[in-house]
Amino acid sequence: MSRSSSSPSIPRKRESIPSGPSGTGLRSLFLVPTLLFAVFVALPLIVLVVRAFMTGDVLAQLTQPIVASALRLSLLTSVASLFVIVLVGTPTAYLLARSTFPGKRLLDTFIDVPLALPPVVVGVALLLVFGRLGVLGRWLQPVGIEIAFTTLAVVLAQVFVAAPFYVRSAKIGFARIDPELEEISVTLGASTWQTLRYVILPLTWPALAGGAVLSWARALGEFGATIMFAGNFTGRTQTMPLAIMTALESDLQTAIVLATLLVLATFIALFLLRWIGRRFGDVW
Amino acid sequence: MQVAPMGRAGGRAGVHAAFCHWRAAFALAAAFCMLTMAAGCAAQRTPTLTVYAASSLTEAFTAIGREFEARNGEVRVEFNFAGSQALRTQIEHGAAADLFASADVLHVEKLQEQQLVADEPMIFARNFVVVALPAANPAGLTRLQDLAQPGVRLVVAQEHVPVGRYTRQVLANLSAEDAFGAEFGVAVLANVKSEELNVRQVVAKVVLGEVDAGFVYLSDVAALTGEVATLEIPARANVRAAYPIVLLGSAREAALARRFVAFLRSPIAQDILRQAGLQPVAAQ
Repeated sequence: MSRSSSSPSIPRKRESIPSGPSGTGLRSLFLVPTLLFAVFVALPLIVLVVRAFMTGDVLAQLTQPIVASALRLSLLTSVASLFVIVLVGTPTAYLLARSTFPGKRLLDTFIDVPLALPPVVVGVALLLVFGRLGVLGRWLQPVGIEIAFTTLAVVLAQVFVAAPFYVRSAKIGFARIDPELEEISVTLGASTWQTLRYVILPLTWPALAGGAVLSWARALGEFGATIMFAGNFTGRTQTMPLAIMTALESDLQTAIVLATLLVLATFIALFLLRWIGRRFGDVW
Repeated sequence: MQVAPMGRAGGRAGVHAAFCHWRAAFALAAAFCMLTMAAGCAAQRTPTLTVYAASSLTEAFTAIGREFEARNGEVRVEFNFAGSQALRTQIEHGAAADLFASADVLHVEKLQEQQLVADEPMIFARNFVVVALPAANPAGLTRLQDLAQPGVRLVVAQEHVPVGRYTRQVLANLSAEDAFGAEFGVAVLANVKSEELNVRQVVAKVVLGEVDAGFVYLSDVAALTGEVATLEIPARANVRAAYPIVLLGSAREAALARRFVAFLRSPIAQDILRQAGLQPVAAQ
């Protein structure tokens, strides 16, 4: 699981615990709940995918204009959201991990709240800020900037709900580097930028990448905040989850096929995440 | 997976604290389970009627349910309000409901085809389509023709949702009139910012003032006199949405359910329906 030589100053004792208790019988004791859980999480998804391929033509669905535009929009917005999240989330995570400042815990909590909030509530809250009557929106509207019901609104909704996954992971990554390494780097004459580039990022990037993939997956699946804040309009704000709900109004089969595409995309992304973890680091 | 960064010397104390938290959490969880089970037992003694009803019936049926409970001693009425299509899908997949009140005859017919109903459906109310505007009327709309002006922000329900289908029917009817012109419907639909998945989402966006107008049921705005204004659609071009209620094959409380259906014809229930902006239909 771990390549322990990467940062020698971090104690590694905990690592020996998970591989220990083969003689205690815990393993066989835990096998039953684990198996039950495995079936519980895997079976619905497997049935969904199998049913889509058995009763519907998945490839034919891909070429339907509504599906194609939803897929394109989902890809575009989720990548844009991820870009924004990494851009502002990385510095925030670093400061949260490394420095103390007034309101740090408050900020930390604010960032995590969307994890527990029903996304529809997030959508309403975003409307109250960026809508045309919103506290910011009412100033933007006169100068011709409209956010609600646009593709930008989709991105903002996704950023709001998906950011905590990245920030949490990045924070853990930064906290695991020995601050002395940075000091040494600077003492040896490296610039701030060089320290970031050659010391901090090489040590944290598995954590950053892991958080990024999780964040992206959450953005891809975003539904509630999007339909409230951005609305449901083909080609402009109708992402895959909205297309699935829309299809559900007319045809369950189409909805299942669309859902299958989303499941496969998410599965591949998350599988990739595990691969990154095994291959390069020990965060995940 | 490592959940939290451990300080250099942190290990033991952290683990111990975590263990105490665990015990507290476990005790809490156990207490909660017992409470829920107790509540479950209490609930089982009271005959409970489960009614799946279209979103547009939310206020009326909640009030009627309360009256019904007050007049029938130890009974409870529980509602599941959602879009008619979503409810139908749930029923098709074995939802344990006694009654289904749909905003659309079509969905009941689909259930009849699958032999999922026990009695003939009864039409208990009718509804009309109306244009709802935020009370401030930001776009200054005074007549239906104004809806076709470029730049007006509209929301409608998606075309497979009952109210969405009625909306398009109304637009087609109006487009056939000389006062509107053949292009009216197309011009109105070009102003649509979002196609919502149920009528309540249309109402929400109008009430929030985020759009200039939305096509909804008369019943949706009956209780919102201060918050929304309306543009009425002339009766000759309007549709008469029929609300059927039907006893489901899966009903566990069939006798109680039939009493509820009969109660819908009573003067009390009809009054509530009328106050909710629905037109009651006393069955013969």
